[in-house]
Amino acid sequence: MSGHARFKVGLSIVKLGAVTRFLIRVLREVLPSLRNPQLTVEQIYNAGARSLVIIMLSGLFVGMVLGLQAYDLLARFGSESALGVAAALGLIRELGPVLTALLFAGRAGTALASEIGLMGATDQLTAMEMMAVDPVRYVVAPRFIGGFVAMPLLTAIFDCVGIYGTQLIGVTMMRIPSGTFWSQLVNAVALRDIREGIIKSLVFGVGCSLVAVYEGYNAEPTAEGVGLATTRTVVTSAVLILFLDYIMTAVFL
Amino acid sequence: MSTPAEEQGEPLINVRDVRYAIGSHVVFDGLNVRVAAGGITAIMGPSGTGKTTLLRLIMGQVLPQAGRITVFGQDVASLQRPELYALRQRVGLLFQSGALLTGMSVFENVAFPVREHAKLPEPVLRELVLMKLQAVGLRGAAELMPSELSGGMSRRVALARAIVMDPEVLLYDEPFVGLDPISKGVILRLIQSLNRALHITSVLVSHDVPEISAIADYTYLISGGKVVAEGTPVQLKSDTSEVVQQFVSGSPDGPVAFHYPAPDYFTQLLER
Repeated sequence: MSGHARFKVGLSIVKLGAVTRFLIRVLREVLPSLRNPQLTVEQIYNAGARSLVIIMLSGLFVGMVLGLQAYDLLARFGSESALGVAAALGLIRELGPVLTALLFAGRAGTALASEIGLMGATDQLTAMEMMAVDPVRYVVAPRFIGGFVAMPLLTAIFDCVGIYGTQLIGVTMMRIPSGTFWSQLVNAVALRDIREGIIKSLVFGVGCSLVAVYEGYNAEPTAEGVGLATTRTVVTSAVLILFLDYIMTAVFL
Repeated sequence: MSTPAEEQGEPLINVRDVRYAIGSHVVFDGLNVRVAAGGITAIMGPSGTGKTTLLRLIMGQVLPQAGRITVFGQDVASLQRPELYALRQRVGLLFQSGALLTGMSVFENVAFPVREHAKLPEPVLRELVLMKLQAVGLRGAAELMPSELSGGMSRRVALARAIVMDPEVLLYDEPFVGLDPISKGVILRLIQSLNRALHITSVLVSHDVPEISAIADYTYLISGGKVVAEGTPVQLKSDTSEVVQQFVSGSPDGPVAFHYPAPDYFTQLLER
């Protein structure tokens, strides 16, 4: 390994350590920050409710595309009636958690990182420290919990809207009998499929929120630094989501 | 709440032989500053001498590599986070930028430290905040957001926030920078009246010679990482050393060089 590569690997390990230490610090402040629940509720609203439109629109289109593609594929084997099953399992186990997390990183993650980064650049975080208020407790922890709580809820909504989209294509357009579509779906989707989706979305919730608050909190206090932190949030989150998804899928199957 | 050390006449803030460097850049080396209780102490020096860094050292935000800083007789470097936070509740800091929390109104900004540290009933809190805003002349601006304030107003709100917990010491970071003459006069009068009326010990970091001369009881002039002169404003004015004269008279070149260290001008121009 060349010196440069070794340096890069070393740097990554150091950063991983720093992120872990930051996570521990945030987790320690989670309970104290809940003493002021309004802060956390506000952040669940910011990360969750404000992402609803993009999540529902994306869910609808993903469900519809899935409907068209799966219908075309299944029709070749004469098993169009399994469309509901194919779409629901695909959405609940895979597409729902992953796409919601990717959209979340782009919509809420960037907002978190740039907000915290700008608070740092304008001395607001230092001002809190000087007023003996821990910014990790007051600013970071509520945003972290907000993302963690919002992610599984958004995923569930994405899944439901997605299945509705598939139903639009399958039942309304392709004339699959509604009873067949829904009964097959209900019979095939097991609790463990839903559990897999929920676990994934919880893990992505921790990952995405952590990346966003870490990058924001540690952003250089300049315009360029905040911009870089925002970009890094999206890039790191996306890679992290896909990597974790692979690991979890391999474990679950 | 005076500690035994204070009663024995030790200064409220004592910076002793402090060395602080960022990487290879030495900011302070052998810095000594003593702040007496009850007075207005000014720390002056050219830009970039680390005046703001000195405030950060006093507040325990950064730690010195050598030397000792005591505030109320407590060694700042040895304090754990809860003790440090307890100390910070007794010390107010006015930021150069104001550093108001942009997501809250002026009223909420001033109420913020109280809400975090004291469980006051809402009517009492309201009275307290309005009283502090009245003191800085901005009671009428209570419902405005920080983005709607001018620079001078922001600083006055920040001042109200800094005094809302009734601190024993107030640190001012460049309180006059970027203000019009009227706002400057207002801040000047406020600092003086807070010091006299509330007996708050004040530490001002600034490079505005006329303003400092008007209100400071004792002045330190810092340059090159250490104190180069100290005394009352009158003593400083009559100080004949070159560095003091350059600073007081505002001459562009002198012991504090106009040019940033650079290679020879002609050699550099002829280089290809």
